[in-house]
Amino acid sequence: MERNLTLIALFAALIAALGLIPKFTLASGVPISAQSLGIMLCGTVLGAKRGTLAVLLFLGLVALGLPLLAGGRGGLGVFNGVTVGYLIGFPVAAFVTGALAQAWRDRGGWIFPSVAALIGGVVVMNILGIAGMAVKLDKTLVEASLLATPFIPGDVLKCVLAGLITQGLQKARPGLLQA
Amino acid sequence: MISLTSEYRTPFHALPAGGKLLALCLFTFAVFYLDTVAAALAVTGAVAVAYGIGGMRFARQGLRMMRPVFWMALIILAYHLAIREWAEGAIVVLRLIAAVGLANLVTMTTRLDDMLAVIERMLARIGVSERARRRLALAVALVIRFTPVLAQKGARLIEAWRARSVKRPGWRLVLPIALLAVDDADRVAEALKARSGGL
Repeated sequence: MERNLTLIALFAALIAALGLIPKFTLASGVPISAQSLGIMLCGTVLGAKRGTLAVLLFLGLVALGLPLLAGGRGGLGVFNGVTVGYLIGFPVAAFVTGALAQAWRDRGGWIFPSVAALIGGVVVMNILGIAGMAVKLDKTLVEASLLATPFIPGDVLKCVLAGLITQGLQKARPGLLQA
Repeated sequence: MISLTSEYRTPFHALPAGGKLLALCLFTFAVFYLDTVAAALAVTGAVAVAYGIGGMRFARQGLRMMRPVFWMALIILAYHLAIREWAEGAIVVLRLIAAVGLANLVTMTTRLDDMLAVIERMLARIGVSERARRRLALAVALVIRFTPVLAQKGARLIEAWRARSVKRPGWRLVLPIALLAVDDADRVAEALKARSGGL
């Protein structure tokens, strides 16, 4: 019981900390923040329920006014901004990623958690994010998806990393993923 | 940790947090229905005046928080000029600036404790048990305490990397940082179990 609560809290802190460390840049020059990697890890490591709770806790603190989003953003304003669809997508992405990762858990390796992160953290996240932009900006879905395209290669890379990191965590702390 | 509440005192600081949040909800909902340039301009102007009431330095702070929105606004405006629908573009951009602006204003003039108190009262009213509320409060405190801890440990890992490698630090550092979070979670859970007599 205590451990569930502390894991949820510490992974919420992990999402925030990953947004604070400097961005790394892709070969193509598009900067990517590690924050959405944190969302994926919540799903692949904590599973659907705890992962979603960790993300909701993180978003709750952002709403309360802590500058925890990548780039030091936060407060209620971000929930009125163009990217609100992505914020709504965060917990949904963690849930879908977590549910798939849990279902595929006994297969091991990094591929399965990576695919789970791809479906939850990229496909589901972008569907909600793009829909949010379309509503906020009064645009068609096609127009809105143009704004999201530059970030897709980075997102796909992050899925692979999420799988590798999940596998690494499992090797370093066996038993972490069974809980 | 530094929150986004402004240190410059404004008349808005004194207003009750619950009222401000309710007003913001209604405002956000209403802004969505603005459909003429004049109306959108008037509402955005009103938000700007509210920042002005807070004073010069407060307003400048608010403008800094709006910077990402302004970039987005520029992109949207450019797009609308290209498809020659400038009026529609102006309405969309002004609505966005007004909604984000007022939300930021509430954040900047409401202390974290007051926000938490509103949440606590709301949860109590909808029947969330006291035990669940205590657990939530503990989780919130843990995140606030451990975010800077993890960020600091991450920064130290980056330094260690830089001291040893000519390559830029990259994704390889995420695994040890995540591992730190997992181990901290274990240690805090042990401490809670030992000291709290169960949550």
